Amino acid sequence: MRLISPIAVLALWQTLTTTGVVSQQKLPSLTTLWSTAVHLTTTNSPVYGTLQSAMAISLERVTIGFAIGGGCALILAFIAGLSRFGENAVDPIMQAARTLPLFGLIPVFIVWFGIGNPPKIWLIALAAAVPLYLNTFAGIRGVDGKLAELGQVLGLRRREMIRDIMLPGALPMILVGLRQSLGVAWLALVVAEQINANSGLGFMINQGETFLQQNVIFVALFVYLILGLLTDYIVRLIERRALTWRRGILET
Amino acid sequence: MATRNPGDLAAERAARGRSTAAPGSPGPPGTLTAPAGTVALTGGLSRSFGDRIVLDDLDLEIRSGEFVAMIGRSGTGKSTLLRALAGLDRDVTGDLTVNAAVAVVFQEPRLVPWKRVLANVSLGLRASDPRGVARAALDEVGLAARADAWPLTLSGGEAQRAALARALVRDPGLLLLDEPFSALDALTRISMHGLVLSLWERHRPAVLLVTHDVDEALALADRVLVLADGKIAHSATITVDRPRDRDHPDLVALRIRLLTELGVATRDADTLDAD
Repeated sequence: MRLISPIAVLALWQTLTTTGVVSQQKLPSLTTLWSTAVHLTTTNSPVYGTLQSAMAISLERVTIGFAIGGGCALILAFIAGLSRFGENAVDPIMQAARTLPLFGLIPVFIVWFGIGNPPKIWLIALAAAVPLYLNTFAGIRGVDGKLAELGQVLGLRRREMIRDIMLPGALPMILVGLRQSLGVAWLALVVAEQINANSGLGFMINQGETFLQQNVIFVALFVYLILGLLTDYIVRLIERRALTWRRGILET
Repeated sequence: MATRNPGDLAAERAARGRSTAAPGSPGPPGTLTAPAGTVALTGGLSRSFGDRIVLDDLDLEIRSGEFVAMIGRSGTGKSTLLRALAGLDRDVTGDLTVNAAVAVVFQEPRLVPWKRVLANVSLGLRASDPRGVARAALDEVGLAARADAWPLTLSGGEAQRAALARALVRDPGLLLLDEPFSALDALTRISMHGLVLSLWERHRPAVLLVTHDVDEALALADRVLVLADGKIAHSATITVDRPRDRDHPDLVALRIRLLTELGVATRDADTLDAD
């Protein structure tokens, strides 16, 4: 059911472009895009490289950047969430980081980290860390105080308290943060790869712009779209598995 | 079953007892030495929230294996006292000694929603086979069939039975029940009374049941305390054999007495308004 509207949009796209209502210069038809994609995959052009290698590089950057940023965000959120001291130590810095214009940092990062992978990875890490931190922190603080009290009565050790009460209690919010932060990570990747890059999907878009090849830009955008949807789908799968206990509410 | 050394526990409670002694209170601050057979002893226990004094120099002794019910109007400090005994209130002053492992059943079942029923019962349990012990406890409260259910799918009565199993499995010397049946319907409440009695008779923990239901206290307890103005205003011992007929002349007389103590004039009122 949810597929109907996207399919309708694609059908309209194809009709408008092949009948000449919209110029192929502005919006290439889907069939053109498909053959471009095939061409980019099968030939290693000096201008673009191959589509799959660009994809692999972008995926690698997002994965590493997200792992660093997400990991730090979770640790910091737990430090801030579990004690007043931790909150005072961590939260002001993270709140300040939230208001930083992220893409304004690109030139700074290039000066600091050069023009290879590092500035891109750090940008993604920072971008991904913020929403995950904010949601996890809110999630921990939102855990029912009565359950914490129960843990105390049951004599739970601190480690058990975190594992059995705090972490699962904060999990719904953590997963919301995860989805947001993956979305932001992809966004940061595109921007980072269009400045001072010589590989990746963002670089491909940049080259397409330079050589006035709309079809290449669109192919790269489609790949972004698909990768973004795919990661979102994975998080939703995790969500369904990890939050089965909530289904009780929906079923009764 | 509990692997916590009772001696350590006593020491731990004793340490807390000391720490709750009011600074500057007359006499050397310290733990009352509880006589043998006493699981909980308080002396001059006080607690206030701002200007409001909730517990006022309260003395209470609970003997091992004794079933004590505490009734009182709302706001008289019943729950505050129970929380102090459970070690959940660090701001009480006076002497407080608890010489036994304590388990609590709260007014709401307080099951951890993301753990199945069995895992809820075995949560934090230090035993060689926590799941096996938990399963046996669920069996005892008649909930073995729901061991793998999610808490949110349980009925109110089932959830409260799971909470009882979770308390029971810790083999408590003192079982604190904080109005555990007040949210249940009348029929479920009656069957829960029967269950609590049979569990108590089998395991013999001391029980402190906080309730606002006079009939519940009369049906279950060896001793009924009326809490008023932060003090124990009245104490009555019940010797009628269980299961009790609520029309037993002793109980009828005591009901009238207790309701009078509580300031309820009507003779046929059998429950007090919670709020």
